[in-house]
Amino acid sequence: MKKTFFTLAFFITCFQVIAQDKLLESVNDSLSAGAQTEYVTGTFKALYIVNMKTVEAPAAGALNVEFQHRFGTVNSGAYNLFGLDFATFRLGADYGICDRLSIGIGRSSYLKTFDGYLKYKLLRQTAQSGRMPVTVSLLGTTSYYTLHFDQSESALSNKYRFNYTAQMLIARKFNSSLSIELTPTFIHYNLVESSADKNNVFALCGGARMKITKRMSINVEYDYLFPNQLVSTTDPPRSNSLSLGWDIETGGHVFQLVFTNSQSMVESQYIGQTVGTWGKGYIYFGFNISRNFNLKPHDKPKT
Amino acid sequence: MRLRICAVFFLVFGFSINGKCQNYISKTGFIGFYSKTPLEDIKAENNQVYAILDPGNHQIAFALLLKGFIFPRELMQTHFNENYVESDKYPKATFTGVCSGDMDLAKEGIYQVVIKGNITLHGVTQPLETTAALEVKNGQILGTSSFRLKPEDFQIRIPGIVRDKIAKEIDVRVQITWMRT
Repeated sequence: MKKTFFTLAFFITCFQVIAQDKLLESVNDSLSAGAQTEYVTGTFKALYIVNMKTVEAPAAGALNVEFQHRFGTVNSGAYNLFGLDFATFRLGADYGICDRLSIGIGRSSYLKTFDGYLKYKLLRQTAQSGRMPVTVSLLGTTSYYTLHFDQSESALSNKYRFNYTAQMLIARKFNSSLSIELTPTFIHYNLVESSADKNNVFALCGGARMKITKRMSINVEYDYLFPNQLVSTTDPPRSNSLSLGWDIETGGHVFQLVFTNSQSMVESQYIGQTVGTWGKGYIYFGFNISRNFNLKPHDKPKT
Repeated sequence: MRLRICAVFFLVFGFSINGKCQNYISKTGFIGFYSKTPLEDIKAENNQVYAILDPGNHQIAFALLLKGFIFPRELMQTHFNENYVESDKYPKATFTGVCSGDMDLAKEGIYQVVIKGNITLHGVTQPLETTAALEVKNGQILGTSSFRLKPEDFQIRIPGIVRDKIAKEIDVRVQITWMRT
C-alpha cells in the first residue's frame, strides 16, 4: 500500500513538473509563432563614428544636440601645449521627424561653415538571419561656408560657397560588440582650388566600432578619396582622413574622445580637404559630446 | 496490484486530459514595470504577453519578449535592451507557477489567490511568490497582480553613475484577460 502511495505521489509530482514545462513550452511556441519581424537596434551608440555619420537616427520626436570639438595638431609643439591652445568646434542638432527620417543642422568654426542634412533609413537589418543583412541609410548634406573670400576670389558669387554630399551608409551589426559601416560617397564642389581639380569627386568611407564593455567602445574610421580627383598641391599635402575614437556612454550622454588628422567635421571638408598625415604629427585630439532630449514621447516599438 | 496500476494510470491520464483541453490563453496580456526615484521616473509597458492558465490544476505560464517593452523615451529602450537585459542574448522572460487558495474557476466571482513559481529573466531563474486576484466573468478570467523585483537578483548590473536613477526594487504590474481556447 505504501509503495502504491509513493508511486502515485511520484507520478503526480512528475506530472506537475511536466505539466508546467508543457504549459511553458506552449506559451513559448505561440510566442515564437506570433513573433513579428524583429529589427536590429543599437548598431552604433552615437550618430557619429568619429566624423562620419552612422546609420542611427534620433527616434521620432527626439532632439540630439551635438558638440564636437577639435584641438590643434599635436605637432604644433610644447609652446602651444601640443595643440590644446587651439580649437575648432561644431555645434549641431538632429531631430527625428519620424523613426526613419531625421533632419540636422550645424555650424562649425572651420571656414565658418553652416551645414544641413536629411537622413533617411531605407533598409533595416533584421534579427532573423537571411532576411535583411544590413541597415542602409541615405544621407544628403549641403554645406555653406561664410568665411570672407580673399581679394582674388571677391568677384565670385554666393553659389561658390556651397558643397553637396550624397552618401549611402551601409552598416551591419555582426554581433553585440562589432558593427561595421561602409559608405560610398559622392561630393560636388562648386569651387575647387584649381582647374585641374574635379568638381565631382568620389570616395569610399569605412568605419567600425568594437565594444570593450557594455558602455564603451573603440571606433576607427578611414575615408578613402579615390586618386587623381583633387590634384592641386597643398601645404601640408592632402591626405585621407584616419580617425580613432573611444565612446563612453552614460545614460542620455555619449562622450567620444577622438584622434583624427581632419580639422573639419563637415563631410565635404574632412573627406576632400584633409591635409597632413598622422605620421607627420598632424593629429587633432578632440571630443564629441551628444545629449538626447525627448520632445515628445514615442509610443510604438522602435523600428 | 493490477487494479492499483490501473488507478494510477487513470489518475495520471485523467489529469493530462484535464490539462489539455480547457486551457485559458491570452496573447495580449499586459505587464508593465515602474521605477520611481527622486531623479528619474522610468516606465515600460508590454502588451504582447503570452499567458496560459490551466483551470484543472491551477497552473500558469507566462512568456514575453523583452524587446516588446515600450518606453516613452526611446533611448532608455535601447539602453534597456543593449546594456541591462541584453535581449540579443536573452530575448525572453518567462514565469511558471501554480495558483493556490479558495477558488472555483467554473463559477463567476473574484478570488484572491497566492501564486508561487519561478521567474526567468536575463538567464537567471528566481523563485517568486505573490498575491493575485482572479475574476471569473462571462467565460473569461481577468488576472491581476503586482510584485517587486530587484535587478541585481537577475545579475543585471547597474553602473554607479546611474544607480540613483533606477529604483532598488522595481514595481511590476500584471494584467491578463484569459479566454478559453
